[in-house]
Amino acid sequence: MSAPEKTRVATASLAGCFGCHMSLLDIDEHLFELVEKVEFDRSPLTDIKHCGACEIGLIEGGVCNAENIHVLREFRQHCKILVAVGACAINGGLPAQRNYFKLDDCLRQVYQYRIGMTDAGIPDDPELPLLLERVHPIHEIVRVDYFLPGCPPSGEAIWSFLSDLLAGRTPRLPYSLMHFD
Amino acid sequence: MNREFMLDGLPVAFTEGQTILQAARAAGRYIPSLCWHPDFPPHGSCKLCIVKANGRHVSACALPAREGMEVESDTPEINGERRALLQMLFVEGNHFCPSCEKSGNCQLQAQAYELEMTSARFDYLFPVRPVDASHPDILLDFNRCIFCELCVRASRDVDGKHIFALTERGIHKHLVVNAESGRLSDTDFAADDLAAHICPVGVILHKRVGFQRPIGQRDYDHEPISQVAMEESS
Amino acid sequence: MPDIERVVHAAAARYEHDATQLLQILIAVQDELGYLSPPALTAIATTLNIPRSRVQGVAGFYSFLYTEPVGRYRILFADNITDRMLGAPLLLDELCRKLWLERGKLSEDGLVSIDTTSCTGLCDQGPALLVNGRVVTRVDHRRINRIAELVRRQVPVEDWPAEFFHIDDNICRRDALLGTPFKPGSALIAAMRLGRNDWLQEMHKSKLRGRGGAGFTTAVKWTGCRDAPGQQKVIVCNAYEGEPGTFKDRVLLNSFADHVFEGMTLASWATGAQLGLVYLRGEYRYLWPALHEVLERRRAAGLLGKAILGTPGFDFDIQFHLGAGSYVCGEETALLESLEGKRGTPRIRPPFPVVRGYLGRPTVVNNVETLAKTCLIALQGGSAFAATGTRQSTGTKLLSVSGDCAAPGIYEYPFGVSIAKVLDDCGASDTQAVQVGGASGMMMATYEFHRSIACEDVPSAGAFMVFDSSRDPFEIAHNFVDFFVHESCGFCTPCRLGTTLLKGYMDKIARGYGAKVDLADIDWVNRLLKNASHCGLGTTAPNPVVDTLVKFRPAYERRMQSLDFEPAFDLDAELETARRLTGRADPAAYLNGNNEARP
Repeated sequence: MSAPEKTRVATASLAGCFGCHMSLLDIDEHLFELVEKVEFDRSPLTDIKHCGACEIGLIEGGVCNAENIHVLREFRQHCKILVAVGACAINGGLPAQRNYFKLDDCLRQVYQYRIGMTDAGIPDDPELPLLLERVHPIHEIVRVDYFLPGCPPSGEAIWSFLSDLLAGRTPRLPYSLMHFD
Repeated sequence: MNREFMLDGLPVAFTEGQTILQAARAAGRYIPSLCWHPDFPPHGSCKLCIVKANGRHVSACALPAREGMEVESDTPEINGERRALLQMLFVEGNHFCPSCEKSGNCQLQAQAYELEMTSARFDYLFPVRPVDASHPDILLDFNRCIFCELCVRASRDVDGKHIFALTERGIHKHLVVNAESGRLSDTDFAADDLAAHICPVGVILHKRVGFQRPIGQRDYDHEPISQVAMEESS
Repeated sequence: MPDIERVVHAAAARYEHDATQLLQILIAVQDELGYLSPPALTAIATTLNIPRSRVQGVAGFYSFLYTEPVGRYRILFADNITDRMLGAPLLLDELCRKLWLERGKLSEDGLVSIDTTSCTGLCDQGPALLVNGRVVTRVDHRRINRIAELVRRQVPVEDWPAEFFHIDDNICRRDALLGTPFKPGSALIAAMRLGRNDWLQEMHKSKLRGRGGAGFTTAVKWTGCRDAPGQQKVIVCNAYEGEPGTFKDRVLLNSFADHVFEGMTLASWATGAQLGLVYLRGEYRYLWPALHEVLERRRAAGLLGKAILGTPGFDFDIQFHLGAGSYVCGEETALLESLEGKRGTPRIRPPFPVVRGYLGRPTVVNNVETLAKTCLIALQGGSAFAATGTRQSTGTKLLSVSGDCAAPGIYEYPFGVSIAKVLDDCGASDTQAVQVGGASGMMMATYEFHRSIACEDVPSAGAFMVFDSSRDPFEIAHNFVDFFVHESCGFCTPCRLGTTLLKGYMDKIARGYGAKVDLADIDWVNRLLKNASHCGLGTTAPNPVVDTLVKFRPAYERRMQSLDFEPAFDLDAELETARRLTGRADPAAYLNGNNEARP
């Protein structure tokens, strides 16, 4: 008898700190259970560069630049279930704190007017993705199916959430795992 | 004479003049609210306490209970509407919980936890609301204001100072302080005013005491607001 | 004494330093100073001995009160859908161009600002605009040219051509109220002959219902007020005719003011009230002098004042209060708050105004038309009045007809008239829809034109806006949504956010970013507005969208960019700042909507 087919999961960190990915690794011994059930597609854990057809896509981080949009669209296109993981994906989080300033002012302040700045100039290398005027939560850019809050969500919350999803249950966090901070 | 109404199929006794919410709380039954406070007359602005009384939507904080009333509160329909009201409040302000001193003690956040609001659904408004750190003891972070007017009412009706008021209207409505400069330090606000202790969210914060209670050990970190509120009132 | 101090003292003195007159004092101070600067607000607070925070709170609430400098000429184009249909947006742009001005911005020399305002109640002779609070009707390209010239030459508004300010009654159909000659005092004499109780009985027999839209039985209100404990009862005439598309109260106040004041006096006779208050919307301020003359004449004739018509103990007089741009103040409890010099936030009910109203006193709040109708009841008797109209909606109704028809104006019909009959009479053809009852009312499609105007079928405060097949129902609904966002007081969560979010979706669809999921979100927001709002403004705000989504759904569907999801904004445009600052034009500097993967 062949082994049951594994669920393909892709993950990405957009404008985030990788804290949510670290939290995913924090599920400790459940990692063994997880790899029994899932196979990772595009993810910082696999170094696969582009997303193939997946059941589940986990997105950490908000959308702050052009590359984030490409990645997010790719995920939406290839993942049947797209999940916003953590504060930044859900509400923009820390990167979105720049939304109260004009992008023009932000860039000039950092690259031109900062005290001690020599050789001032806003970087124009085509390798660098251009910044958006505002940082957006991912649900403002694509349709999102589930939201897993927390900054980051605890390993326990991530495991609870994924267990539900993999078992075909609508994910529902118990009160003790529901946190925005 | 014992008069009662039905709340989610169970009887609740009430005395003449009690509102649905007051009677429910007195009977140990929780109806969610944000702008309601036991020491003040009903305000009715947050609308989190909406219930269906005899099939009609009403504010439980404001409507006097009546004999034989059939009230629905803890139902998927009403809780769904409450969740949407919370989502509206979350997109209106800048509620960045990870950086907020009130996180874990915040009633807005606690309601969102209990009503399982995992996202704000709508597009964020990201308003620009500068903070006022001018006062020696108090910081005002307007980003989190939900317009419950508890500070307005406490300062006006208890402290007798009229420190706070709302101006403009609609989505532009915002909190102002009682000074031509617009700065809190130019008012006679004091850290022991009732108004300095009544904000249900993280607008009025006391300086130099931040994070004394660590995140994870706060009011609503482990116990839902419905339980905490009932323990407080008993 | 500095100018501000002098002006504030004079204004406060005129209102006897009474803080409940704060709104009137703010208006008076602004009349002199142009705008309410921070020091002016402080001076008002000090002079009235009230907290400055309260003064700032009230000053910020009303859209005709300015806390920032404004131009010496403040030009506000009426932005009702009927004004738009008559070309108002183009005329506004044209005037901006001629005066080298951006809409909503004060000109650099501080001379002029141009913006929009809510419906000014001149839909039958629009497009209309307000210049420094005065109404200009029938604005066209010629008038725009002349206005630009007058502003450039800095001609005072008082010296502008009188025909600019000419306002017609446009009465197109008269019935019991508008068609019967009336001798001032005659209704009062008839009611006084009956005695207070029997007069109230006639009111009961008449089954008169409020003409402001809610349709509450007037005699029940009057009886409630009469029987409520408290001596100093109050009669309030709600002349805040803010519902878009409604202008019948303007005509009544202009040409039938005796009916209105006599109606208030009849209410006083029934309830024992001694104080009458008229709350007049700021847009109708121009009526004030003539109304004062009517009041003076009535006082001189013994129809107002002490011992009316020689009857000891029958004392009643009328005061005027001016609004300052806030539709919600047409809601009776918000109106009472405003009369008390506060922000126009609707109160929690119960208690109802008949028990606790103006300054806590038992108060009757009646619409202008309702009050005028009571004269007919006094003269004909309640039964005769009840014999007209329908069983549930007695008497006649004044309709304010505007939009796509040959003869816009005022039409008086017995209740029960069909929409088709009105359309026929006003010369409408190729009609696609009629908005009955204003922005908060119902949009009727052709298959409903047999229905009748009556409380039990299609209720209406009087607006009747006609749209022919060239009009876009989506744009009509969009206009009304803009109106509600502007007018929401912001007190409760569902209305403050619901109207704002609804506008967000409508703007998104209008910009061409609509997606099918937006329609589900709109339904959801509409439901919250309807179920959870604090007052009638919020509960009725979704009506235009609900109705058009049901009856004119393709108007939305054909604007859809996606059948799934679409962001509310142009993603590529959000890269523009970064492109400009970096000077980049390489392919990666652009987001091509069709090209998902990065090259």
